[in-house]
Amino acid sequence: MYVAVKGGERAIAQSVDLVARARRGDPAVPELSVEQIRQQMRLAVARVMTEGSLYDEDLAALAIKQAAGDLVEAIFLLRAYRTTLKRLGDSVPLDTANMRLERRISSAFKDLPGGQVLGPTYDYTQRLLDFALMADAAVTEDPAAEASAGPIVAPRVTDLLAGEGLLETSARAEGDPDPSDLTREPLQLPADRATRLQNLARGDEGYLLALGYSTQRGYGTTHPFAAEIRFGAVALELFIDELGFAVKIGEVDLTECQLITDFEGSAEAAPQFTRGYGLAFGHSERKAMAMALVDRALRAGEFGEDTDLPANNEEFVLAHSDNVEASGFVQHLKLPHYVDFQTNLELLRRLRAQWDASNAGATGDEEPAA
Amino acid sequence: MTQAEAHDGYNFAYLDEHTKRMIRRALLKAVAIPGYQVPFGSREMPLPYGWGTGGIQVTAAVIGRADVLKVIDQGADDTTNAVNIRSFFRKVTGVATTERTREATLIQTRHRIPETPLSEGQIMVFQVPIPEPLRWLEPRETETRSMHALREYGVMHVKLYEDIVRHGRIATTYDYPVIVNGHYLMRPSPIPKFDNPKLHRSPALMLFGAGREKRVYAVPPDTDVRSLDFDDHPFAIERWDAPCALCGATDAYLDEIIIDDKGERMYVCSDTEYCNDRQQAGHHGTQGGAPRA
Repeated sequence: MYVAVKGGERAIAQSVDLVARARRGDPAVPELSVEQIRQQMRLAVARVMTEGSLYDEDLAALAIKQAAGDLVEAIFLLRAYRTTLKRLGDSVPLDTANMRLERRISSAFKDLPGGQVLGPTYDYTQRLLDFALMADAAVTEDPAAEASAGPIVAPRVTDLLAGEGLLETSARAEGDPDPSDLTREPLQLPADRATRLQNLARGDEGYLLALGYSTQRGYGTTHPFAAEIRFGAVALELFIDELGFAVKIGEVDLTECQLITDFEGSAEAAPQFTRGYGLAFGHSERKAMAMALVDRALRAGEFGEDTDLPANNEEFVLAHSDNVEASGFVQHLKLPHYVDFQTNLELLRRLRAQWDASNAGATGDEEPAA
Repeated sequence: MTQAEAHDGYNFAYLDEHTKRMIRRALLKAVAIPGYQVPFGSREMPLPYGWGTGGIQVTAAVIGRADVLKVIDQGADDTTNAVNIRSFFRKVTGVATTERTREATLIQTRHRIPETPLSEGQIMVFQVPIPEPLRWLEPRETETRSMHALREYGVMHVKLYEDIVRHGRIATTYDYPVIVNGHYLMRPSPIPKFDNPKLHRSPALMLFGAGREKRVYAVPPDTDVRSLDFDDHPFAIERWDAPCALCGATDAYLDEIIIDDKGERMYVCSDTEYCNDRQQAGHHGTQGGAPRA
């Protein structure tokens, strides 16, 4: 006789215990510290902070540890924590022109004020597994010892172009309202560009990468140049009413990408370069570049370009970019659905009986081939 | 009923009071315009999207210390997701929980409405995956919003008509579309159409929360809820040839359970509390009827 499945509570407790043990692995191996993750998995930390919409390296590292390295799960953990936080105020808009650069490249100019600064990048490494890293690494010499002299601050390439009037301006219009906050307000469509950029900044890197890639393969009409990619620290300032001026409260590491695409002009607009913009926490170049491609693709309508391709479709792009939403909904298929399944089963049985009956009539008269 | 202690470190019912107020405002609007989908600033919850975050936020926004909460999934109190959501609310509110429909003031559900009739003052909270009834017919939100405004529901009738032409019957069996208060087309959430009649002029308040899609909607008490149909193909609910094998009920929604590897099957109530109650009251099915502990 069937006994209904009871003890869900106990089963859940056991499962929680098992996942904690699976996360820890062999207890004979030293446990990872949050500080080790923060220091040695900085790119994972950057991605979790970016898509988790919370700049906190320690908590991002903790989330990565707790999620056993599953970054989407770590992003979810950080988001669920973030949603409980109080808002203390809005910062003054960040000035990325005053970034203390660790890396800055432009593929549009051979040389430029401030120069090309490669900084830490895998770009020109040969992707050969470094078996030396398998051995317990000895302490290497302090890289700070050979760091370059002094911080580099250089104007943005796009500012140089804008000076010549060849690039669309993006100055904040007088009376421009504060951007809506997607973490507080639902996405309403059509969305303005600030809202779209917010959505893309939180969006899944893999998703944006694929969409951006599609625009380069013919499912799009833009052919951008990387005017500039820069990575470094930017001051975060808060305007204090009581003081009457802005105070620097800290720094955030950011990756900014500006892709520019030529626009041949129209009756109303002069020929100029147009922008696609990407911004991410920490060192996140792939994300920032993919975001910039998609941002520009979503602007196709503004420039009278075709808008019928996937990356141009605002509703499609924005509604499916969030990996916390996507991951939850895809995986909810694991939940019991037997009530609905029962209704489908019943329907299918009826349709099948009907089909069998009518097909038996049709084929019953035929003689089997000799 | 079981009483629990609230969890330290989080506000009562997890969400901060501003967020709860924002959700309650959206719910008030939803109650004022029955069946209309109200956008709201859905928050990330500590449970995944698609696992009941909309329902959880609605429950969190309306729950008070005196409430008695029941949580079901597939009609059962003991499915893992129901257990998990109930334990979440025990942890963050400390309110009493129950499996008894009559005792509950607040019932959060996924995919079912209890068999025990609801009464005035009770609130049902439905977890909704996709709130838009026209979504499979028109994927664009910008388009469906104006279709609702214009009551342009012809496509849904055409869809049901095409079912009849192709299969001789309407092939929608759950999440069966309804018209609320003579105006808005509404998805009742993926409840079997068996439960649709329970929505019609229910004395209880029905609240629907879709977290990932960031919408709430409502059916206030005593509101007309009509399942779409045609004069010559009237709406009908599922019927089973056999009664519940445990309690003998013939008026309940039954789950089919495969009991051996030869595919032998039996039918039992999906509403575990209803089934237990009947067994305790002395009703028996073919498979006996010791109450499921």
